[in-house]
Amino acid sequence: MPVDPSAVGRALPPSPVYEVGREALREFAEATAAGAPVHPAHTDPEAARALGHPDVIAPPTFAVVVAQRAEAAFVADPASGVDFARVVHGEQRLTHHRPIVAGDRLVAVVHVDAVRAMAGNELVTLRSEIGTEAGERVCTATSMLVVRAPVATAGEAS
Amino acid sequence: MSARPALADLAVGQVVAQRTVAVSRADLVRYAGASGDRNPIHWSASAATAAGLPDVVAHGMLTMAAGAALVTAWAGDPAAVVEYGVRFTGLVVVPEAVGAELELTAAVGALDAAAGTARLDLVARCDGAAVLGRARALVRLA
Repeated sequence: MPVDPSAVGRALPPSPVYEVGREALREFAEATAAGAPVHPAHTDPEAARALGHPDVIAPPTFAVVVAQRAEAAFVADPASGVDFARVVHGEQRLTHHRPIVAGDRLVAVVHVDAVRAMAGNELVTLRSEIGTEAGERVCTATSMLVVRAPVATAGEAS
Repeated sequence: MSARPALADLAVGQVVAQRTVAVSRADLVRYAGASGDRNPIHWSASAATAAGLPDVVAHGMLTMAAGAALVTAWAGDPAAVVEYGVRFTGLVVVPEAVGAELELTAAVGALDAAAGTARLDLVARCDGAAVLGRARALVRLA
């Protein structure tokens, strides 16, 4: 079954709250430090405060952890027509309205921005508007997913 | 951290950061745990080959995050990265015995003095092939 094109323009109900913990930020920062010391703003509240942040902050791509949990509600829904076994990550964009800070209680609203066919693959663009429970905008995360044709084609497996 | 870079000291084309990163299976398992992305193609050779891949592959998001770490180390404040986007254009295959090597480079792509931002263009290569496309980070500087 192809991806349902009538989903374009739809917004999913808000995701459950993701509460950002200091240790989750530390683990993510350590897992993505890429062979260098972890930036102390991710692990040391004093170092983060010295930079003007209220507490430790997330690395730039941590927002995708929150976004992907919310996107799963669309990707894993049989009604959306996405065959999860054939999904690869095509593109990812992040716009940070402010850094994610430990203690944030984040909610994501996923918007289906585009569904299009290309060379037998289907390209699905999902935009997660991530904000606090109180409604403050935090990050816009846009993911382009490639649902590969049954014969393997180019794309990054994710 | 060291002093933050100043916009006035930068020139388009200037390489500001470079790093070679070793990626092992253990790194992938660690990222799977930290990110919640538990897709078995990132840790199970049989799952990867069943999906038509040559071997276990790294999470695209791990490569994107490694690029971010390079940029934030240079910028001095991780919150300086206000926009970041990539296309995933190639696989980082991670054989169990030897792992993979990721070569990362960040160069100044554009400067906007009015906005107080520098655009860094990132190149990520594995086995000589580019694995990210249009990888750009917009960094707010003084």
